[in-house]
Amino acid sequence: MSWTALADGIAAACLVTGALLALVAAIGVLRFPDVLTRMHSATKPQVLGLLLILVGLGFRLRDPGTIGLLAMVALFQLVTSPIASHMVGRASFRAGQVRRDLLVVDELTDLLADERPREGD
Amino acid sequence: MSVVLVVCVVVLGVAALLLVARISLGPTMLDRVVALDVLVAVVICGLALEAAVHRHTTTLPILVVLSLLGFVGSVSVARFSPGSDDVEAEGS
Repeated sequence: MSWTALADGIAAACLVTGALLALVAAIGVLRFPDVLTRMHSATKPQVLGLLLILVGLGFRLRDPGTIGLLAMVALFQLVTSPIASHMVGRASFRAGQVRRDLLVVDELTDLLADERPREGD
Repeated sequence: MSVVLVVCVVVLGVAALLLVARISLGPTMLDRVVALDVLVAVVICGLALEAAVHRHTTTLPILVVLSLLGFVGSVSVARFSPGSDDVEAEGS
């Protein structure tokens, strides 16, 4: 088993698992009840799936020049995904699209309550 | 390698279809934003898959641009969605 065949095998495994994780993310986004829960599946499996596919691409290309570019894409995705989901979660909570029956702990509502008078003036 | 291509294309296609279903079903705008963000990631996965199977690096810069594009879109929609209290227009 030459080195390239081994690298191709690893790349194939990474690509397939990455694609399956993207599928898991899509299923999660479709089936979860409200926006806050959908963000769980929209960020975690999606980022991991993308990282696995980038690792597979790196193993497949075997070119040290592009490893930096792939690391940059992975870094951007790791940095931007939490920020985007935080903003969306914040907006959806303040817009009131929260399924109260599904919440276990709700610490933000009373914090928002004493913020409310500030908005009034 | 072509088997990997076929399997991954089918899996990513089903994922994209599920996301389009969520985009059409999504009651609120923010659901659609979340689904579109994941759809951009699926597109990135597809591009990376194509670059991996055919072993060329011509489409790599597109991956970088797309990974930022999805973020900017969802952040801007979240910023201006109704109800988030820091929208000045709503305050006046």
